[in-house]
Amino acid sequence: MSMNNVGRPTRPEASNDDAGFNSLSGGRGLLQDEPLIFELGGWTKTGVDLPDVVPADSALAGLTRDEPIGLPGLSEPEAVRHYVRLSQKNHAIDLALYPLGSCTMKHNPRLNEKMARLPGLSDIHPLQPQSTVQGAIELMDRLAHWLKTLTGMPAVALSPKAGAHGELCGLLAIRAAHEAAGNGHRKTVLAPTSAHGTNPATAAFCGYTVVEIAQTDDGRVDLADLEAKLGDHVAAIMVTNPNTCGLFERDVVEIARLTHAAGAYFYCDGANFNAIVGRVRPGDLGVDAMHINLHKTFSTPHGGGGPGAGPVVLSEALAPFAPTPWVVHDENGYKLVEEAVGPAAQAFGRMSAFHGQMGMYVRAYAYMLSHGADGLRQVAEDAVLNANYIKARLSDLMSPAFPEGPCMHEALFDDAWLEDTGVTTLDFAKAMIDEGFHPMTMYFPLVVHGAMLIEPTETESKAELDRFIEALRLLAQAAKAGETGRFKNAPHLAPLKRLDETLAARKPKLKWKPVAPAPLAAE
Amino acid sequence: MRFTKDHEWVVVEGDIATVGITAYAAEQLGDVVFVEVPEVGKTVAQGDGLAVVESVKAASDVYAPVSGEVVEANAELGDAPETVNAVPEAGGWFAKLKLSNPAEVDALMDRDAYEAFLSTL
Repeated sequence: MSMNNVGRPTRPEASNDDAGFNSLSGGRGLLQDEPLIFELGGWTKTGVDLPDVVPADSALAGLTRDEPIGLPGLSEPEAVRHYVRLSQKNHAIDLALYPLGSCTMKHNPRLNEKMARLPGLSDIHPLQPQSTVQGAIELMDRLAHWLKTLTGMPAVALSPKAGAHGELCGLLAIRAAHEAAGNGHRKTVLAPTSAHGTNPATAAFCGYTVVEIAQTDDGRVDLADLEAKLGDHVAAIMVTNPNTCGLFERDVVEIARLTHAAGAYFYCDGANFNAIVGRVRPGDLGVDAMHINLHKTFSTPHGGGGPGAGPVVLSEALAPFAPTPWVVHDENGYKLVEEAVGPAAQAFGRMSAFHGQMGMYVRAYAYMLSHGADGLRQVAEDAVLNANYIKARLSDLMSPAFPEGPCMHEALFDDAWLEDTGVTTLDFAKAMIDEGFHPMTMYFPLVVHGAMLIEPTETESKAELDRFIEALRLLAQAAKAGETGRFKNAPHLAPLKRLDETLAARKPKLKWKPVAPAPLAAE
Repeated sequence: MRFTKDHEWVVVEGDIATVGITAYAAEQLGDVVFVEVPEVGKTVAQGDGLAVVESVKAASDVYAPVSGEVVEANAELGDAPETVNAVPEAGGWFAKLKLSNPAEVDALMDRDAYEAFLSTL
C-alpha cells in the first residue's frame, strides 16, 4: 500500500483550553480587529495615480491650506476590505430577525430593489423637463392614490423624508389652518406620556408648548384627563395608534370627537400603521393628519440601509394647506404643482427642495402592487399574530406589561420578572447578542419600567420565531437561576465588549486625532 | 426638607428655597451625564420646567416645586453631573429660588409622607 505521509490531523483533539480563550492578535475567527480608516491609511499613500498639479497663481487670496488635509490613503483592496469587514460586524435585516419595537424592521423585498434600478426610474434628475419623466410622476400619483385609499384620507403630501419630518409637515399644516381661521392663539399640543420622543420635539420645534396626557392602567389615553386638558388654547393632539405600548386605542373615535369639539386637530403618529394597514382606515377614526413611514409599513430599507420617507395624509380640513409639490394630471399628462398660486395658494410652503425620495416611492409602490389589497391586509394580520405568539409563549417566564387581552404588532414586557435576580433589562438585552439575536427595543416606552418592546413583524416564519423564543426562554431561565455572570458583562462573544455609556456621554471623544501630525510631503 | 410626587426636594431658609431631585429619582435615572440648570433671574411658577437632567437612559424635566425667581444655579453640575448621583439631596442641588408664595411649601410632603408615597410605587 502507498502511505500518505502528510500527517495532517483530521479530528479535533480533546482539550480544555477553550474556556477564557483569547487570540494573540485580537483577531477572532477570521474576523480582524478593525481600526479606523484613518489609522489604517498612511498619510502619504494614495490608491490612485493622479497627474501632477500644474503650478498656477492661487486665487484664494492667502486662504490656501498650509496643513495636510489628513485624508487616509489606501489602495483599492485595502479600502474594500475595510468596509466589508465593518459590514460583517454590522447587524442587518438580511442577516437575521431584527426585533426592534416601534421600528418595524421587516424584510426589504428584492423585487423592490429590481424595480428601483430600472433606468427610467433611477437614471433621472429632479430638474429634468417633466415631459421626459412622465412615468416617474405617474408612479408618484399612483402611490399617492394607494396611500389615500389605504388611509381613507383625501390628500397626501409625499415629500417629507422621514417620520419626524412628516410630523413636522402635519403640524405645519395644522398651524397654517389655525392661523388662516384666526386661531393663531392656540399654542398647546397634547401628547400622551407614552408618545414617541419625536412628537413633543416636533411640537416644540413648531413653537408649541407640550402638555402630557395621562395614561390609564391598561396603557391607553386617559379620556377624562384628555377632556380636562382640551380647550381653546389647544392646537392639536398627537396620538400614536396602535400606541407605543403595542395597544390599540379603543377610544380613538371618542378621542377624535373630543378633540374636534374643542376646535383642535387630531395628529396621528403613523409609525405603527403596519399593525392596521388594510384593516383600519385612519380617516374613518377622525384623524386629520398622519405620517406613513414607507420605510416601515411599506418595506423600504432603513436603519442604515437607506433613507426614510414619511408621506403625510391630510383630512379635508387640512388638505388646502398641504405643502407643494403635488401631482395633477389632465389630457396633457402628469404635472408637479410647484408654485403656491391659484388653487394651491394656501400651501404652507414646501418640505424639501425637490419632490422627496423617488427611490423609496418606487420600492413602496412595488411592495403595494406585489402584495395587493388582500396581501397588505394579511401583512397586518400576520404582524399582530406573530407578536401575540411571542407574548403568549414568553408570558410564563417574563412579565407582560399589559397582560390583559391581545397586543397589536408588538409584545411589551416590563422588568418585574427580573426583580431580585440582579439582572437588568440592559444585561438581558446584551446577553441576547451572545445568543445570536439583536436585542429588542429597551427602556421604551418610558411609562413601562425596564421596558422590553419586541416587534417581530410579519416577515418572520414560525420556525424563526420559535428559535428566537427558545433563546429568550433559555436566557430567562438562566437569569432566574442566578447565572448573573452570563449577563453582567455581556456581550462576551461580540467584537467589542460592553461600552461604558456613562463615560462616553460624560467625556465624549468627538474627534479622532492623529498620533503624530504628519508633515506635508516635501516636493 | 419637603418633597413632591415628581421627586423634587426643597429646603427653605428664610425666603430662599433650594431645589434638587431625591435620592430615589437619582437612583431611577441611573448615571446622570448632563444637567441644564436655569438662568438666574428666570421666574417660574410651581410645576413649570426648571431644569433638565439627562442620564444614559433618558432626559427628564425637573419641575419647580414652588413658584419663585431663580437667584442662583448650581454651576458645578455642568462639569460634574455625577454629583447628582453622589449627593442628590445635598451638593447635587439644581437651583435656589426666591419664594413668591411661601404657602406652597407647606402643601408639599414631609419625609414620612414621601417615603409612604414611594412605597406605593
